[in-house]
Amino acid sequence: MTERTPLHAEHVADGAKMVDFHGWDMPLHYGSQVEEHHAVRRGAGMFDVSHMTVVDVTGEGATAWLRWLLANDVAKLKAPGRALYTAMLDAEGGILDDLIVYRRDGGWRLVVNSATRQDDLAWLETQRRKGVTVKERPELAMIAVQGPAALERSAAWLGSAAEAVAELKPFGFVEDGDRFIARTGYTGEDGFEAILPGDCAAAAWRALRDADIAAAGLGARDTLRLEAGLNLYGQDMDRSVTPLESNLAWSVAFKPPERDFIGRAALERQREEGVPRVLVGLKLQARGVLRRGQRVLYDGQPVGELTSGAFSPTLGVGIGLARIDAGIDASELEVDIRGKSLPVARLKPPFVKRGEAA
Amino acid sequence: MSNIPAELRYASTHEWARLEEDGTVTVGITDHAQDALGDVVFVELPELEIDVQAGTEAGVVESVKAASDIYSPVSGTVIAVNDALEESPETVNEDPYGSGWFFRLRPSDKAELDELLDAEGYAEVAENDAH
Repeated sequence: MTERTPLHAEHVADGAKMVDFHGWDMPLHYGSQVEEHHAVRRGAGMFDVSHMTVVDVTGEGATAWLRWLLANDVAKLKAPGRALYTAMLDAEGGILDDLIVYRRDGGWRLVVNSATRQDDLAWLETQRRKGVTVKERPELAMIAVQGPAALERSAAWLGSAAEAVAELKPFGFVEDGDRFIARTGYTGEDGFEAILPGDCAAAAWRALRDADIAAAGLGARDTLRLEAGLNLYGQDMDRSVTPLESNLAWSVAFKPPERDFIGRAALERQREEGVPRVLVGLKLQARGVLRRGQRVLYDGQPVGELTSGAFSPTLGVGIGLARIDAGIDASELEVDIRGKSLPVARLKPPFVKRGEAA
Repeated sequence: MSNIPAELRYASTHEWARLEEDGTVTVGITDHAQDALGDVVFVELPELEIDVQAGTEAGVVESVKAASDIYSPVSGTVIAVNDALEESPETVNEDPYGSGWFFRLRPSDKAELDELLDAEGYAEVAENDAH
């Protein structure tokens, strides 16, 4: 039995092509994935991300526990209304999930991936300490509104909160009644993600659509996040790799040194010894499309493989992320596409910044 | 329901073939195929003057979703390719039976056309494919 978000009927009415996404019946596109991609880069688009798992953490021990549980340090969040991106690691430094943690008044909120929901909840329960309450919030829906015109076109729906939202810095958020609105996203564009009661979601979706915000599906979400150089859990990273092998060293807080966290010792060891592999961006220098699983070659020898690949609608070329041997420092590599070795340029993601080539 | 013109012949691998007045055969992919693929972003066409066999690979179409081989529905020599698809692959989605054609052949055996599916036969294939 596949699960449905509170917006399922809206997607079907909009003619979406629905697909099974890790047990959820979700919209892949509403006609053209490429047009939806462009709508987000050039104007505004919105995504139903209600399948994501929202978990509230409260209790007197919550802060200390999260500082142990997460690789980034929640103590960096000096006041409520701020959030940060972090990985959650196992003792070997392997990535269990990536998530955003929000500091609220009197507690914390985590938004984790839906594909890892069960494993994450089991892990939280195993690691949980006395004085910490963990509560999943499946009754909440989540809509991501993204694009250079996202805030302007959402102003009417945001209503009295519009001004406060406009003043937020990236990773800031406000709570407006039962709406939780964060200046976050997964596209590299300006915009926000709104968490709201499931029974309010359909009305919100319609109001936003009437404000000229295009519905966009998981297909566009994937090409947008890849252009923005953002990893996808389960594809670009999983438990077999560490943040240091996943271009996420910036999200690991080694300071202060006295803060221990799960995986810290393993990461310190790896940092000292050097990482065996790195995650890099690749841009195809010929016509074609990069795909997950294609082999990366250097001097004719395989040195790694694509973890994500797509045709970039913004740049009009094939782009991808690849995990390759750390010793390779060449800026020109090749990718094996159906038996042909085609040249790729290695670069540090993102590929696209504010709608243009980075 | 996808568009399946009655005057064309079809391969079960979702290519269409049209016998032109000059005896050549134009090849493309069906409306059902372009719809299933989603936005087409890249097309690799056969080289001019090469000989292709019926049912063998003669090109590749890549959509946002996946890469798919294009099989020639009949045997023959490639006498024209639709270069415009290089710049505008989305034409395959917009006009699969018209300006979204892939290549044209001088067939070596016109009788092969009769072995292909007619519109009704292909409609059944497309229908089963949708499930």
